[in-house]
Amino acid sequence: MTDGTGPARRVDMSHGAGGRAMADLVESLFLAAFDNEWLRQRNDQACLPAPPGRIVVATDCHVVSPLFFPGGDIGSLSVNGTVNDVAMAGATPLYMAAGFILEEGFLLSDLERIVESMAAAAREAGVAVVAGDTKVVEAGKGDGVFITTTGVGVLPEGVRISGDRARPGDAVLVSGTMGDHGVAILSSRQDLGFGTSVRSDTAALHGLVARMLSEVPDIRCLRDPTRGGLGTTLNELARQSGVGMRIREADVPVHTEVAAACEFLGFDPLYVANEGKLVAVCPAEAAGRLLSAMRGHPLGRQAAIIGDVVQDPRRFVEMETRLGGRRIVDWLVGEQLPRIC
Amino acid sequence: MEFCGGHTHTIFRYGLADLLPPNVRMIHGPGCPVCVLPIGRVDNAIELAAGRGAVVCAYGDCLRIPASGGASLLKAKAAGADIRMVYSSADAVRTARALPDREVVFFAVGFETTTPATAVAILDAETLGLRNFTVFCNHVLTPSAIQNLLESRQVRDLGTVPIDGFIGPAHVSTVIGTRPYEFFAEEYEKPVVIAGFEPLDVMDAIRRLLKQINEGRCEVENEFTRAVTRDGNQKAQRLVAEVFELRRSFEWRGLGEVPYSALRIKARYAAFDAERRFGIVYRPVPDNQACECGAILRGMKRPVDCPLFATACTPESAIGSCMVSPEGACAAYYTYGRHRDVAESPR
Repeated sequence: MTDGTGPARRVDMSHGAGGRAMADLVESLFLAAFDNEWLRQRNDQACLPAPPGRIVVATDCHVVSPLFFPGGDIGSLSVNGTVNDVAMAGATPLYMAAGFILEEGFLLSDLERIVESMAAAAREAGVAVVAGDTKVVEAGKGDGVFITTTGVGVLPEGVRISGDRARPGDAVLVSGTMGDHGVAILSSRQDLGFGTSVRSDTAALHGLVARMLSEVPDIRCLRDPTRGGLGTTLNELARQSGVGMRIREADVPVHTEVAAACEFLGFDPLYVANEGKLVAVCPAEAAGRLLSAMRGHPLGRQAAIIGDVVQDPRRFVEMETRLGGRRIVDWLVGEQLPRIC
Repeated sequence: MEFCGGHTHTIFRYGLADLLPPNVRMIHGPGCPVCVLPIGRVDNAIELAAGRGAVVCAYGDCLRIPASGGASLLKAKAAGADIRMVYSSADAVRTARALPDREVVFFAVGFETTTPATAVAILDAETLGLRNFTVFCNHVLTPSAIQNLLESRQVRDLGTVPIDGFIGPAHVSTVIGTRPYEFFAEEYEKPVVIAGFEPLDVMDAIRRLLKQINEGRCEVENEFTRAVTRDGNQKAQRLVAEVFELRRSFEWRGLGEVPYSALRIKARYAAFDAERRFGIVYRPVPDNQACECGAILRGMKRPVDCPLFATACTPESAIGSCMVSPEGACAAYYTYGRHRDVAESPR
């Protein structure tokens, strides 16, 4: 790819060496894209006003191949992923710090696209990117770009959402279709040679969470089922809370194309990643209200009540299958690998 | 018995056992190509990549098969061996074309379903004049394995194996047809239903088997008429016959040596045979003595009857063949069905 006037501009080792090339990159790209009062001060740190309430911090490293995929890219993913980790405490995300590890030879035009996408996602989420760092590794020692983001949010007193609060009798809800992100990524990998129209669901969920909390302040658990998918998240919550879960396959929303792609590859959509969905546990009597609140938000239109929390010292997540049988939804062993036949 | 691991997977994944009357019990057969691949052959594949410097292309579910000394292709890859996951044999040919200076070996595993694709890869490599592409052939045959189960001493003499009928895999029969099963149905007086992999296919196959048993019939029925015919895919069969020939004997993990149960590459295509090119020497590696996989694959024991099940042997640290792949009987039981009667093992 060229700009028509010469060879394509690429990241080289000088962009991480601390000299003028790095200063130019920071100035022309990062400062321009993320512009805010803290970055403009050009200090090595941002001094932020302390809001009332409790501070919530989450950090997330982002590596994804390909870097650009239907519905998003590593830039928007790195903002939304961390915003969501903060939001799952019920907090309002405010600030973000971002670290970039760039590989020598990476196209600057691709880096610009990614940074623009991050800036757009941060604006949409109402989060200021207030600190950052860039390093460059030699060609062959990275995968284009790795992005680590740390999010800071504030949590009002009284909100107590935690993975260990699920109690027998509680209801389990999801905010929409499962597996969209993972299938979008898979279908955009060149070596697979199959296409779908599935787009990544990458989105910042704190607006949805705020709507849910305003309707049902006593939400017990929230978690975004990213890597490992719904199955893994339910097992995490069951283990943390010392309970079992019983879900109904027929009630778990799965996009038809996602189901078909999973069937084709021998994957189970319950273990495929999401980047814009959440799992919620709430008292049974509040489930109907919570569901309505979720469905009233653009990111929760296909929300569903998928099951219940039960007493089970073995902490099994069990599922009633579409046909009426029962099975365990177990921890995943390693990563899902395509089957031979 | 459902012979094929794909059916085992369907039965557990959809909880079909809960829908069956108490006097119908499914026995989970050895039709999982990953499970029955003997340890020594996986050792060979690792040696090709780690010791001989070849690029080894393997199907995804081969990567985790436990080899000797806790090794696996996945671990060898982490240690620096060039092992690549491919989705088809054609990917392996493409890799060989892209890396003309490297030896590229396709780790060919599977039943009749994947064999034609391997044959095509070899024929393509010949057409392309590739000199750096070989196949490490481990293809096995469904009918021979079923015959071995029926010929086992326990079944023939003691009558201890309660196998009253077989569900045969539809995808294998899209290639070989239903005709190869007619012999068992008649000779061993066992009904066979060739069925697809949707839960309703499996339920229908069980219903058809019960009907045959109740009516005293022992026939081959085709439930999967949407793709399976009596004679199968003649073109695929011709490709396989062109490139491969029967091995006199092949070791199956859990079953031991099974005569005429696998294929090797014909001398005519020796240039594409990794066993010849690299002088691969096979060394059998015995399974753990406490492992009951052999008895489980013959239907004499259930996964929970094995002392290793869910204790020493779990999907994370598989000891026996049936725990290796999600399609193995023990792994399917552990992953989807252990709520039935097993307490949680310590993690």
